Amino acid sequence: MSELYIYVTHKDGAPDDSASELIAAARKINPDASVTAIVAGSGDGADTVCQTVAASGATVFKIANEALAYPNAEIVRNMLVNILPSDAIILIPHDTFGMDLGPGLSIKLDAAFVSDVIDFEGLEGTDLKIIRQEFSGQVYTHVLCDISAGAVLNIRPGAFKADENQIAEGQIIDKSGDAGDLTARRRFLEVVEAEAGEVDITAEDVLISVGRGIEDEDNMEIIFDLAKEMGGEVSCSRPIVDAKWLEKARQVGTSGQTVKPKVYLALGISGSFQHLGGLKGAPFVVAVNKNANAPIFQAADVGVVADILDFIPELTEKISELN
Amino acid sequence: MEILVCVKRVPDPAENEIELNSAGNDIEQDDLVYSVNEWDNYAVEEAIQIVDKVGGSVTVVSVGDEDAEEVVRREMAMGADKGLLLSDDAFENSDGKGIASILKAAVAKGSYDLIFTGALADDGAAQIGGMLAAMLDWPYASLVNVIKADDSKTIKVGREIEGGNQEMNEIDLPCVLSIQTGINEPRYVGIRGIRKVASVEIPQLGAAELGIDPDTVGAKGAKVKRVDYFIPELGEGAEILEGSTDEIVEELVERLKAKGGIK
Ligand SMILES: Cc1cc2nc3c(=O)[nH]c(=O)nc-3n(C[C@H](O)[C@H](O)[C@H](O)COP(=O)(O)OP(=O)(O)OC[C@H]3O[C@@H](n4cnc5c(N)ncnc54)[C@H](O)[C@@H]3O)c2cc1C
Ligand SMILES: Cc1cc2nc3c(=O)[nH]c(=O)nc-3n(C[C@H](O)[C@H](O)[C@H](O)COP(=O)(O)OP(=O)(O)OC[C@H]3O[C@@H](n4cnc5c(N)ncnc54)[C@H](O)[C@@H]3O)c2cc1C
Repeated sequence: MSELYIYVTHKDGAPDDSASELIAAARKINPDASVTAIVAGSGDGADTVCQTVAASGATVFKIANEALAYPNAEIVRNMLVNILPSDAIILIPHDTFGMDLGPGLSIKLDAAFVSDVIDFEGLEGTDLKIIRQEFSGQVYTHVLCDISAGAVLNIRPGAFKADENQIAEGQIIDKSGDAGDLTARRRFLEVVEAEAGEVDITAEDVLISVGRGIEDEDNMEIIFDLAKEMGGEVSCSRPIVDAKWLEKARQVGTSGQTVKPKVYLALGISGSFQHLGGLKGAPFVVAVNKNANAPIFQAADVGVVADILDFIPELTEKISELN
Repeated sequence: MEILVCVKRVPDPAENEIELNSAGNDIEQDDLVYSVNEWDNYAVEEAIQIVDKVGGSVTVVSVGDEDAEEVVRREMAMGADKGLLLSDDAFENSDGKGIASILKAAVAKGSYDLIFTGALADDGAAQIGGMLAAMLDWPYASLVNVIKADDSKTIKVGREIEGGNQEMNEIDLPCVLSIQTGINEPRYVGIRGIRKVASVEIPQLGAAELGIDPDTVGAKGAKVKRVDYFIPELGEGAEILEGSTDEIVEELVERLKAKGGIK
């Protein structure tokens, strides 16, 4: 079987959580395979990352170069095309960097591409059996991926649990000399930090979070009424921000805020992994959704199958009676 | 600026609950209501705004069957100048690479400075833009949420990255960008807009016209094959509260109080 590689993203000298998840995912493909982790970067930070990843049992290919100080997908792609053997299987996190890198890399390697992988179910001949979701997690699908000429697999963050088993320390091999031409036609300029909003939902214990199920801007009032009675703050899913009904600082999720409330109400929110990715600290989650099969019910402690436009005013009224 | 926008016809997430069919191996296709992929409306809007500013034209293209013509027409009603439908029996059951290679063949028939795709569609793959760029050997940026274009040979684009931060880049033309929702406010398309383009001819191209070897696309060319749809035995999930609305409300209030959810 082809060799297994993982791409390690890192920041401030520490590997991203995805690194250990990708190692676990690779071992799910083949428990006996040795896994090679690719760490690209520059300076002391990248060296520290190499050591941390090697200590977790992977062989590390270190690629040090100034041009890799900021992870530009086009440059990383050129480097990987030079470093990887022709039938390699490489696992990449399905985050904003992985989405930038994976699809194009698969074309340049002439390898198969499957993204947002959540599980593996073994090999059938030269086909790897993969599980992923479609329609925002409403249904699952089995996909057969022909890996005979290699594969690029983008793995959903959080889908694989890091393997705690301590394995012998891996070697660090410096491959910087093989990286090739590291110029790009897309050049990184700067990162502009998100603006702080008028509320800080990351500091709240009780969040009343609203999603597209609210249907109309005029209905937003019922959410604020409930939040007022409960003494919590209003947060939301992304479509509410896209529609400009609430400010960006209220968005929960991978491209919004990471929150750690004690109680989280998900009202008319389907439960996409990008949304749930911003919900940490194991809060008590209540979901209200009119679709009994909505994925949010898998993440919630208590669920109510109802139309929020009818249900929320009733709930608000009851709480206001108590107050 | 000549801009090509790729659009996909998908089951409308606001109108459908996706369920398995009775055989339990495919989604229930009956009564599905289709629309254009949400992301693609943002892409078309952005293209129109750029062309309004710097001149040029917007072409909308979709790979699909006859039904996909309706989404091309909808995007033309938004203000796109031209439409193109890529349709052939040989294209059926293509994987992402197949779709991208069909689009690439259409790109070769025109002369474009910019190509937009949506960042993501119903399959959740986020793959077509990056694949198409690599096939054309053009630079690419995904998840774009701001574009600063003038008439120079490079433009500035912002990518939305984790935490809502924005990564600013300079990128050479021609290039491919995948557009993230929220980049603009797509205009509303009314009945009148649709009527205006109702009789516009939308050229349709098949494998032969595009110079595509039918064996390289469709099911034959696919390295990635979707086998079935299913819903797994899921874990416990939420405890669903049952009863009359009053009973449920009462129970929920108790639970919330116990967990400190009502101050
Ligand atoms: C790179 C990237 C980053 C992203 N980052 C984020 C992020 O940070 N945060 C985020 O939230 N999303 C993010 N998304 C978007 C994400 O993929 C989903 O599209 C989004 O979370 C869906 O929001 P939603 O649940 O409100 O809407 P939908 O998925 O449309 O769900 C609406 C839900 O409401 C229910 N409903 C409808 N009407 C009613 C009613 N009257 N009563 C009760 N229930 C009703 C429906 O059954 C459905 O389950 C990101 C996407 C990408 C590609
Ligand atoms: C009947 C059927 C069978 C299928 N079988 C398989 C299979 O066996 N294996 C497999 O891998 N996939 C299969 N697919 C999925 C199909 O190949 C997808 O359309 C393709 O993967 C691209 O969609 P996406 O959602 O992955 O695109 P994404 O990359 O998530 O979409 C992003 C953007 O790409 C553009 N785009 C996507 N699709 C089109 C299009 N058709 N025309 C124009 N622009 C487009 C749009 O701009 C869109 O916003 C099947 C689909 C159908 C309908």
